[in-house]
Amino acid sequence: MSNNLKASNFLHGELEHLDVEPVNSKENRALYEARKKIHPKRVKGTFRKFKWLVMLITLGIYYLTPWLRWNRGEFAPDQAVLVDLANRRFYFFFIEVWPQEFFYIAGLLIMAGIGLFLVTSTVGRAWCGYTCPQTVWVDLYLVVERFFEGDRNQRIKLDDAPLSLSKIAKRGMKHTVWLFIGLATGGAWIFYFADAPTLFFEVITGQAHYVAYATLGILTATTYIFGGLMREQVCTYMCPWPRIQGAMLDEHSLIVTYNDWRGEGRSRHRKKMLSQGETVGDCVDCNACVAVCPMGIDIRDGEQLECITCALCIDACNNVMDKLGLERGLISYSTLNDYNQNMMLSGSAIIEKEGDKVWDKSKINPKNIRSQAGRLVDNIKHTRFSSFMRPRTFIYGFVYLAIGFSMLTILVLRDRLDVRAQNDRNPLFVKLSNGAIRNGYELKISNMKTEPRRFHVAIEDLGMASVKLAGETSNRGRSFFVNVNANEAKTFNFFITKHRDLIFDEKRDFTLVVSEVGGKEHAFEKAQFHAPKESVLEK
Amino acid sequence: MSEKEIDEVTGVATTGHEWDGIKELDNPMPRWWLYTFYATIIFGIGYLIYYPAVPLTENATPGLSGQTNRGDLKIELAKVKEGKAAIEEKIATLDFFDIRKDENLMRYSVAGGQSLYKVFCTQCHGTGAQGAPGFPNLNDDDWIWGGDIESIYTTIKHGVRNDEDDETRFSEMPNFGSGILGNADIEAVTHYVASLSNSDHEVKLAQNGQEIFIENCAACHGDDGLGGRDLGAPNLADSLWLYGGSLPEISSQIAQPKHGVMPAWGERLGEAKIKQLSLYIHGLGGGERDLED
Repeated sequence: MSNNLKASNFLHGELEHLDVEPVNSKENRALYEARKKIHPKRVKGTFRKFKWLVMLITLGIYYLTPWLRWNRGEFAPDQAVLVDLANRRFYFFFIEVWPQEFFYIAGLLIMAGIGLFLVTSTVGRAWCGYTCPQTVWVDLYLVVERFFEGDRNQRIKLDDAPLSLSKIAKRGMKHTVWLFIGLATGGAWIFYFADAPTLFFEVITGQAHYVAYATLGILTATTYIFGGLMREQVCTYMCPWPRIQGAMLDEHSLIVTYNDWRGEGRSRHRKKMLSQGETVGDCVDCNACVAVCPMGIDIRDGEQLECITCALCIDACNNVMDKLGLERGLISYSTLNDYNQNMMLSGSAIIEKEGDKVWDKSKINPKNIRSQAGRLVDNIKHTRFSSFMRPRTFIYGFVYLAIGFSMLTILVLRDRLDVRAQNDRNPLFVKLSNGAIRNGYELKISNMKTEPRRFHVAIEDLGMASVKLAGETSNRGRSFFVNVNANEAKTFNFFITKHRDLIFDEKRDFTLVVSEVGGKEHAFEKAQFHAPKESVLEK
Repeated sequence: MSEKEIDEVTGVATTGHEWDGIKELDNPMPRWWLYTFYATIIFGIGYLIYYPAVPLTENATPGLSGQTNRGDLKIELAKVKEGKAAIEEKIATLDFFDIRKDENLMRYSVAGGQSLYKVFCTQCHGTGAQGAPGFPNLNDDDWIWGGDIESIYTTIKHGVRNDEDDETRFSEMPNFGSGILGNADIEAVTHYVASLSNSDHEVKLAQNGQEIFIENCAACHGDDGLGGRDLGAPNLADSLWLYGGSLPEISSQIAQPKHGVMPAWGERLGEAKIKQLSLYIHGLGGGERDLED
């Protein structure tokens, strides 16, 4: 344990060599073993900056969205994004989705799937490294940890230190803030399901529904446990994503790569060796890449399941390269294709080792990739955006956009009026005292607009017939008016009566035309008029 | 096997069990598993004490809480009843016109009336209220005792030919077959009655029957056979027949009339439920006279 936790740093020039063991690398990881704690070191650089930005945006979206308002008039809630489970409505800015329109959600999930293919096949596990909630919250929790307990070395020391008042204070504050973040996370989640300001007031005054508190409690606990305590184990052992994404990567996808072809052979005494005329690679074995890794791996072992491609090792290594005056990119985003070509260039060859085909790294000769002047040779392959330009990318992109556009088209053109009519079946028809035949119907009108509307219901293609609503005592020609409240599906029962001399079929199809009064929308619904056999045969 | 055998590869003791040369290692349970297991034991003890748990011959140990599913149901039903009480009170006191003006109350009444109908009325009138020979169809517009809401209400409340209710609907057609009319006269009247609704009949016989009808039947059914609701005399000139419209059926009803009986529901169901039922029946399509009139 103490071997990899204790830091005995030594200086080599101005460069710090870190005594750190990649606890999750293949040879260090036994089955049946307690987890070894990882203490990721702080790093500065381009990718770290980008990750801060992504964190700011994603957390901002998550925490603030429920508080956005969107005016829908007096008959609908004014929360921009609201999953109204009680009333079975989903509001998203100008979009309102009813339960029967759930296929939009299915469409979005399909788009998310295709989007994942697209992203993974081009930029690799970018989802894992930048936007996955687990990554973002672990990052946030690390900020807190670093604030109270200091960076890597101080944290290791604190872990080893005996229990003291200051240790208890530091730990206590850290866990308090973690729990508070968890609480805020769970809190933000429940606000998506109810009016945020109202619910917030209810929650803090103890009046909210117990489901709200239960959800809050569960999400606080999961956030705290996943983000604070379990961290990389969630990605490695619990999450199916890495496996799925691993299957979608190909030789053109970006992966965080340690470029052996310029790094090997490693030497901690590069300057000395060089001055002695030895040939050494660029890697000075400073372990900076290992120390910053939140997953506890050594990227120099090659592509690994654990790697979430957060690119922090790239930043760490670039900083070292800058100090050494060497080109950046010893660790870089690269495709397997480019890597293989460069390996070839370096003089390495593929050999068989324990049944696997691997590059023989002992054959790498730094002279092959560096000119006499010490610059990298020109025919080294650098990964360019052009490597994204392949059929796979375009097919995914096309499918993604096609689904998106068709959904948007359907969404824009969709009806906000839905009509269903059903014949009464018991009795199917009623004979009246004058011999006329009457049929009963159940008419369901869904007014999916957020304002009350009045509809005109007319019967077409049934010839002479008269109609009345249930509860009415006299017929009223061939049409009637009904009012439906905003956002309501309302059911009406009505009757159609036909004179005995006008019945020619046992079953006659006709059309109900429901049209909006003072508006353009209308809907057609097929229905049948049934009559007894003897009424028909009378003619 | 007093000494524990230690497995060479793992350094873990074996349990001493062996199957076909394969030995079982005595690894301890994972800690989290063990603690969860202990927690369930503690929970189980608590459960045993708090809830009814141990089955005895007639019941189970009651537990500290005294909770039972039956008791829970009782409480829930009482709550529902309490919630309904206010609404039903309102229905009982308001008149039909006011109930209908209140859209929610009207919906509640019709829905409640429908479920009451399913429980109390379907046995005779059928699930779709379409009736059967001898049991009136409630969907159509042929009413013996009146089809406006008040009449329907009265019929349901007091029943028809009910011995136990003084205000019951009552009418009785004489037994023309036992001495009042001869067989030939009955046949003639039968054909005349059939002619009123233009059913199959012999014109000559019908002509003979007209006079007999006016003498014996018109007092209740009217000269033109349109019936009279005050007397509960059916309309004989329409195309609907309670006991069938064929000649033998008409003849049998003249000679030996059947008289249907309906229970008086007033005391059994109470004011509110009778009103709900009335509104439901009235809305089946045959209801007469607007409530606003």
